[in-house]
Amino acid sequence: MSTSTEQFADVSATTLLRFATAGSVDDGKSTLVGRLLHDSKSVLTDQLEAVEAASIQRGQDAPDLALLTDGLRAEREQGITIDVAYRYFATARRRFILADTPGHVQYTRNMVTGASTAELAVVLVDARNGVVEQTRRHAAVAALLRVPHVVLAVNKMDLVDYAEPVFAAIAEEFTTYASELGVPEITAIPISALAGDNVVEPSANMDWYGGPTVLEHLETVPVSHDLTACHARFPVQYVIRPQTAEHPDYRGYAGQIAAGAFRVGEEITVLPSGRTSTITAIDALGTGLGSNTAVDIAWAPQSVTIRLADDIDISRGDLLAPSGDAPATSQDVEATVCHVADQPLTVGQRVLLKHTTRTVKAIVKEIPSRLTLDDLSQHPNPGQLVANDIGRVRVRTAEPLALDAYADSRRTGSFLLIDPADGTTLAAGMAGESFATAKAVVAGDDEDGWDF
Amino acid sequence: MTTVAHTHDTIDSPFALSHLDSLESEAVHIFREVAGEFERPVILFSGGKDSIVMLHLALKAFAPAAIPFTLLHVDTGHNFPEVIEYRDRVVAEHGLRLYVASVQEYIDAGKLRERPDGTRNPLQTVPLTEAIQQHRFDAVFGGGRRDEEKARAKERVFSLRDEFSQWDPRRQRPELWQLYNGRHAPGEHVRVFPLSNWTELDVWQYIAREGIELPEIYFAHEREVFARNGMWLTAGEWGGPKESETVEKRLIRYRTVGDMSCTGAVDSDATTLDAVIAEIAASRLTERGATRADDKMSEAAMEDRKREGYF
Repeated sequence: MSTSTEQFADVSATTLLRFATAGSVDDGKSTLVGRLLHDSKSVLTDQLEAVEAASIQRGQDAPDLALLTDGLRAEREQGITIDVAYRYFATARRRFILADTPGHVQYTRNMVTGASTAELAVVLVDARNGVVEQTRRHAAVAALLRVPHVVLAVNKMDLVDYAEPVFAAIAEEFTTYASELGVPEITAIPISALAGDNVVEPSANMDWYGGPTVLEHLETVPVSHDLTACHARFPVQYVIRPQTAEHPDYRGYAGQIAAGAFRVGEEITVLPSGRTSTITAIDALGTGLGSNTAVDIAWAPQSVTIRLADDIDISRGDLLAPSGDAPATSQDVEATVCHVADQPLTVGQRVLLKHTTRTVKAIVKEIPSRLTLDDLSQHPNPGQLVANDIGRVRVRTAEPLALDAYADSRRTGSFLLIDPADGTTLAAGMAGESFATAKAVVAGDDEDGWDF
Repeated sequence: MTTVAHTHDTIDSPFALSHLDSLESEAVHIFREVAGEFERPVILFSGGKDSIVMLHLALKAFAPAAIPFTLLHVDTGHNFPEVIEYRDRVVAEHGLRLYVASVQEYIDAGKLRERPDGTRNPLQTVPLTEAIQQHRFDAVFGGGRRDEEKARAKERVFSLRDEFSQWDPRRQRPELWQLYNGRHAPGEHVRVFPLSNWTELDVWQYIAREGIELPEIYFAHEREVFARNGMWLTAGEWGGPKESETVEKRLIRYRTVGDMSCTGAVDSDATTLDAVIAEIAASRLTERGATRADDKMSEAAMEDRKREGYF
């Protein structure tokens, strides 16, 4: 079994981009996804044959590419998409994990789920309709989840004669709106998913457009950020103590670096206890079995094992941070949450709060407001949140948490609320301020909504 | 640092991980989450490449300590001898504990009936679910990947199963960030899929990078096979060939390893990892489409089996 390193380097030294698509019913999301998969040769012959056979059986003339993505019996029977599905494709330059989020049912929680791990979101707009309520909702969710890159794909350009002014107006309106919400980077691309314009191949019909195609942009957008600007955070997952003859004294704290970078020699503080120590070793996952690789520096999202100079009490749920840059701990959490369960979340409810590797008891003290995504209006004191609601909550926890603001760290600023009775995931929480914190506006005050 | 952490893509920062490093880090995180939160986890281990990669990742995740999991093999009784030999050798080498749930024993005891087509893959569900109950396993690692099949594309990394091991795709918990919710009631368990985000090619590239040994049947070799339902099946005591089917010697290899009665070989001259990777990268057939008879039974075959408790 020989491996030529050259070939191995060619196929493996690509990066991974996680992205999500957001689209409503008829804006052509399935077609776009189908075309990305198809034109990147990620749909294989037997899959295509299965789709063709199923399409013929249903009496359809042409292969229905939606059948590629609708995996469940109920979805195919009803012709709807029930849930987020994950799809995989690759080009020579990059690997992609696409969170394919359906637009119809249970809309908000699906997009929140897909966007939570995405580094990029593709928001589709029908060029004939321009920016509509749904588009604003997509932009708001992307902004709320702090997806670093947003692509506005203005679809169906073939139906507006590939006219530049149509595209320019939509792009400007969307960019203004999304920037106001805090979306850091927006790229607008005029496409026709059906005809294939600017999806994988540059369009011959829109020579006025000088930017990248959708795929080209996906291939080249930077996937990681300036780590020196991030607060380093390491949630302890598991304590490794072999207690063997070979390793009698090994005591390592295993985990995945949530943000930033850690170095050997650095002084760290353990939260919530506040004890301090120094990093003596970082064991990274080496190549090959049975051995770790000692490294001097490791960074997010590497899974490593950290060893310290002092034998202090540290267990799963603790957080290591550089002593000069440790987060404050608190038992009072203020956050924006998206409610993802069918049962409601009410004031006074006892819940579990899962933050990184720590799960604590908590109580919902207050629900100050509920947000309407359509126009970003706020409704004070709704009393409860139901499925797909986004709102502000105040939660008191039984133990102190080292929670960052979600704006600073998606990984250590996020949490789940869980029903202790049956384990249901109730809500996805983002700690700290967001645009949903803004002073409550009475609904109906501004009939046009946020019309910039 | 010997891992390939850098990329020749100049647009990414030097801190960008390669896609294999990203997938590895994520899978290790999942193994450690389960070790931290569950009482009695078990790894489903068949001696197939996905379960071999899972075991490799688990060993790395807890090094230099031993992995805190046992193994479980659901043995259909129609195994490739090379795979069983490999399984037993690996178990011994790493000092692991292996439970075997035997389909043959269930048939012999009259608790399961042989299907007319001789396919035993669907028969695995009952021994699997009973072994989970009997040993009170609360987390069961499977090597399932979302790229394998469209029903699996909808599968969560942590997938809650009721006391009958049933999967209800409409009642799955949303899975957000890397916050996996493993809460379950007594009698329920969680299926865990650390390789969810891996593709077949990723698995092979990782095997090459890590120098992981595999059973020889994954590489091209001459073998006596016969054609059934458009696939090359290995002749053997399990019930093939029938009178109308003729055995011939061909140069083949396996893309997946499962029950002999439903796992087809592909024509191949790939005798090295490089050659296998090149072959898969060029293949126009999916892994399951090329080699699995049981998925062809109906449009929703996998979904239906998963609902019943299949992994």
